Amino acid sequence: MEDILEILESNARISLKDLAKLTGKGEKEIEKAIKNYEKKGTIVKYKTLINKSKIQGEAGVVALIEVQVTPQKDVGFDLIAERIYQFPEVKSCFLLSGTYDLLLVVEGPDIHTVASFVAEKLSPLSSVRGTATHFMLKKYKEDGVTLVKKEKNKRLPIS
Amino acid sequence: MGKQVAKHIEKLPPSGIRVFFDLVLGMPDVISLGVGEPDFITPWKIREKAITALEEGYTSYTSNQGLMVLRQSISTHLRKRYGLKYKAEDEILITVGVSEGLDLALRSLCSPQDKVIVVSPHYVAYPAIPEIIGAKTLYLVTKESQGFKINPKELSNLLRQKPKAMILNYPCNPSGVTYTEKELKDIWKEISKTDTVVISDETYDELTYDQDHLSFASLGKQAKNQTILLNGFSKSYAMTGFRTAYACANKEIIAAMTKIHSFSMLCGPIISQIAAVEALHSQKEVDRMRKEYKRRRDFIVKELNRIGLPTIMPQGAFYCLSSIKQYKMDSMKFATKLLNCEKVAVVPGKGFGQDFDSYVRISYASTFDDLKEAIVRIERFLNKL
Repeated sequence: MEDILEILESNARISLKDLAKLTGKGEKEIEKAIKNYEKKGTIVKYKTLINKSKIQGEAGVVALIEVQVTPQKDVGFDLIAERIYQFPEVKSCFLLSGTYDLLLVVEGPDIHTVASFVAEKLSPLSSVRGTATHFMLKKYKEDGVTLVKKEKNKRLPIS
Repeated sequence: MGKQVAKHIEKLPPSGIRVFFDLVLGMPDVISLGVGEPDFITPWKIREKAITALEEGYTSYTSNQGLMVLRQSISTHLRKRYGLKYKAEDEILITVGVSEGLDLALRSLCSPQDKVIVVSPHYVAYPAIPEIIGAKTLYLVTKESQGFKINPKELSNLLRQKPKAMILNYPCNPSGVTYTEKELKDIWKEISKTDTVVISDETYDELTYDQDHLSFASLGKQAKNQTILLNGFSKSYAMTGFRTAYACANKEIIAAMTKIHSFSMLCGPIISQIAAVEALHSQKEVDRMRKEYKRRRDFIVKELNRIGLPTIMPQGAFYCLSSIKQYKMDSMKFATKLLNCEKVAVVPGKGFGQDFDSYVRISYASTFDDLKEAIVRIERFLNKL
């Protein structure tokens, strides 16, 4: 991966000035490259990874839902996937190989909201053959970042 | 009561920079560019292997030479990486750090009064061990104007004194300098006319940024026979605390080194040796760390030159040597002042040879944020001088 993308992937808030220092390229050149990445859709969005368990009353509920669906002629899974990922409750949607077809990450303020999404919106869809819902109990690591305990180097300050 | 400590040890000067080190260790919240080890923690897959080894009950001694599986892995690694053929059976010895390897090599080769060439600026242990043995150190002082590289002519002059050994270290701690194939061949050309054994400390071999590392022993059959290759896992794989390294040489030298090792050390720790096998299958992790060091090197050297600390672009390791000549003070005073004024630690050049008292060693094995903040502070400090 390009240097700029690699650095931005771990710190989207880094300044153009620092990016220039780290890559040895000019700020203008970097700005242009980033614009290009955004235009091409290589850079999709800049988001912040928030550990919601640290915010009182906002922890919410996350569920991983396995969905078995019936693929449709000509379009395969794409159409039914679209029907499902359009729901705002669905944060992520993946097509997988194996015993089920789609894996959804669904978020809601409480367990009842997620349960009613499954019972009232997801399961009734005609192409959905079955679902299995797993509620998330604790997040240890997300997007390559450890959320529970930061590892610290224990080296001496001089050697 | 009479003197308890042997005379030659008593007169051995303690590392000249120890006092400064104690000062740094006693001061909280210092941004340290004085660390001689990676800021990365050992990659998880290597640590995981060590944990499993402990769980499985690997808590015993190993053979004096070290685990056969590790020696075989090293043999394969060196063959693939440098085309070097060392037999796992009798040409490789597992040591406790390259430091032990160096000690064993010098003790195996030198009798009291023998001579050893040390290229300076040098790692602090290089002249100390000959001193302990009673051997004499011949300094080959490199110059900033020649990129801190060995001048073959000056080397040739020193070789006339028939030294038993020469300690070569590249990429170099503290200068970060390394050599091209042509430069190494020029060095070898001089040594090949003699019986001097090259102790080649290549512990930073994986950390070169502009060219591939070339192992000294790979220069030819005679070069291999006349070289003791020292390398280890500390720097390339961020495993300093595992204390595991290796020495490769002809079987007579390895047998001699093993003899001393078997009496003084017995063997390296088994858990570290098992983890080291895994390290040799961790090229991806090494590549990731190298890429990060290169980024930091490019940044810090450019910045140091900009703020008024002339610094030659190092080609490897994670150090650079910055000149403080224009500030008209010795390296200890400069480093102490910088520490007291701005809480930034750098290592006084004096520790790397008496000719280098107008330099400081800067390590870029720190996070980018720390390097950035250190530059701000050093610039502020220099502006007040």
